[in-house]
Amino acid sequence: MGKAQHAASGTAGDASPIQEAAAPDAQAPGRPQAGGSSGVLQQRAVGPDEAVQLLDEHGTLRHEDTFSPYIEALDPEVLRSFYRDMATVRRFDTEATALQRQGELALWVPVVGQEAAQIGSGRAMKPADYAFPTYREHGVALTRGLDLADLLKLFRGVSNGGWDPRETNFHLYTLVLAAQTLHAVGYAMGISRDIATDPETEPAAVVAYFGDGSSSEGDVHESMVFAASYDAPVVFFCQNNNWAISVPFEVQSKVPLVNRAGGYGIPGIRVDGNDVLAVYAVTQWALEHARNGHGPVLIEASTYRIGAHTTADDPTKYRMSEEEELWKTRDPLQRLETYLRASGLADDEFFEQVKGDGDELAGHVRRATLALGGADIRQKFATVYAEAHPLVAEELAWFENYEASFADADTNNSQIQGGAA
Amino acid sequence: MSTMTIAKAINEGLRAKLSNDPKSFVMGEDIGSLGGVYRVTEGLKKEFGAHRVMDTPLAESGIVGTAIGMALRGHRPICEIQFDGFVFPAFNQITTQLAKIHTRSDGQLSAPVVIRIPYGGGIGSIEHHSESPEALFAHTAGLRIITPSNANDAYWMIQQAVECQDPVIFFEPKRRYWLKGEVDTENSPGDPFKAHVVREGSDATIVAYGPLVPVALAAANAAAEDGHSVEVIDLRSISPIDFDTVEASVNKTGRLVVAHEAPTFGGIGGEIASRISERCFYSLESPAIRVGGFHMPYPVARVEEHYLPDIDRMLEALDRAFAY
Repeated sequence: MGKAQHAASGTAGDASPIQEAAAPDAQAPGRPQAGGSSGVLQQRAVGPDEAVQLLDEHGTLRHEDTFSPYIEALDPEVLRSFYRDMATVRRFDTEATALQRQGELALWVPVVGQEAAQIGSGRAMKPADYAFPTYREHGVALTRGLDLADLLKLFRGVSNGGWDPRETNFHLYTLVLAAQTLHAVGYAMGISRDIATDPETEPAAVVAYFGDGSSSEGDVHESMVFAASYDAPVVFFCQNNNWAISVPFEVQSKVPLVNRAGGYGIPGIRVDGNDVLAVYAVTQWALEHARNGHGPVLIEASTYRIGAHTTADDPTKYRMSEEEELWKTRDPLQRLETYLRASGLADDEFFEQVKGDGDELAGHVRRATLALGGADIRQKFATVYAEAHPLVAEELAWFENYEASFADADTNNSQIQGGAA
Repeated sequence: MSTMTIAKAINEGLRAKLSNDPKSFVMGEDIGSLGGVYRVTEGLKKEFGAHRVMDTPLAESGIVGTAIGMALRGHRPICEIQFDGFVFPAFNQITTQLAKIHTRSDGQLSAPVVIRIPYGGGIGSIEHHSESPEALFAHTAGLRIITPSNANDAYWMIQQAVECQDPVIFFEPKRRYWLKGEVDTENSPGDPFKAHVVREGSDATIVAYGPLVPVALAAANAAAEDGHSVEVIDLRSISPIDFDTVEASVNKTGRLVVAHEAPTFGGIGGEIASRISERCFYSLESPAIRVGGFHMPYPVARVEEHYLPDIDRMLEALDRAFAY
């Protein structure tokens, strides 16, 4: 059943089950325990088999006092749209993988298996909230309203970004692991600064995405220190997909990552990352906590990268297919489909329509990608600096002359050839 | 006009900026109640409050990384890194993120973050407190790097750094913090990315910046006693470099000496020597000569006098130039 850890006192209110679960009884097995003396840290931890879950693998709804109300308030159309979003990003992912295999993209980063973690957390955000993704948050991009074709500019080598983050409050992909977690905290601190100087500022929160591999980076630690110290309105959303390319989660941490929250004095929640309803609910709770001025929250979404790390990766070299098969039984789309059908909220017609819409989007993404022109190095010269820079200007001038010299040569060549003919 | 030290001039420049730009704020380690380990931010927290003068956790990557996020939100962070040798935990954020955000976003985003770093040796300190890492940053496109050598520039250039839409690393010559000079708080010295000819001469040019500008001036005065007229250029900006001013000078003098505390190998001096060799080939009477630190980690304080370029090292370089 639902477990959440809350080490800070008082911020979530005394009646909250988040606090009632403050001392989970699971202990890491086989670890020597120091005595019960005051001042000696007791090795208590949220265990790897614990997570908030509202919809189980069989599509059966479960009740949890704190988080179920977020789901019960939803219109059936919203529940159907959760499915639609997950199916859409999965279809998009298939198309992008195909484009890579056909040589149209340099690389692709598949998201299959993590749709619930991304759609659930993304849909919990309000328009004024801001997301700082890693490089795999295609599902979050969909929820923020991006044209998914824009994501492929990076992977086709025509841009290192591809969209204006200010239009959707979805930051650019960041490839250096965990660097964006500090940007997210800074942005959240900026929201606090705005609210402090202008009470009219719309309250908003930031979601900092990262993965289990990135959790070992120092920037994640520093981001949590800063966020906690300044009560920054940020939700740290870790998709623990169990594999950092070829390295299993156990090499990153001996205990679920949610346990780190206590060390920073912030609430932590471990959620079934393949349960879109639970992810939506806990993220809503965390965003409200942050927006209401109570500071950061750490969410660890337990999920699995069904596919390869990237299209350049080969998971058969480092993990067993049995593990993949086990996780396929926990598929985020299947369980919601089962629930929607069983409760009479969706029928064949709906699922056919979702499939058709997905195919249509895939077609749009393919056409848009193939229609992308090349990149212009002059645009690269133009964007190194925001203000004029003499070295860039000098090198651009040299480059233009250099290019022009070939144009002259081409003209001469054609004249020579023309003369010979 | 008023007389103040370089440290006080930076303090006054920050005060002016905090007063006229409500989005600006100062952040770093020990900069609040303590006023910074060199007291450069002294009194600012009392005047502007903890909101504008933020003591941060002791984490350099965190300082720069969160500053980037705040800049993306429209704020103007002025970060302090306590010492040159402690910037490296933030090196990743500065070089892979801060420097690249503008181009990564195809020009849509900018991150106008200022990073103040006291740099250079000659203070008898312990390891990591006397380094000159400017070349490492100059090699990174997307950053601007400036360094004042006198109080007037210090007062104005820190404000110009904050006004710039690009990220600016502001290197402060820490052994000159207490060097006094006249500050004209009414009239700006102009473009912070332009070099200044601070002493005119006709026989040779010494290019220096930051802490070595006073040394270069003293060397020029000493050379004058031997009958050599030496021009001195205060580079002021390390990225971009104002090659035009250096070129004009060397075309006049025919000889170039470039001096910095940072190691000669792979340093700014090599870049200047190379470019000026191309631009002034027919004017040069001798090769460009570099004066700088040795290819070794900054040495212990008891021997730093042998490492740091001083008047005699610059005179020796001039002698070599005049020997051609």
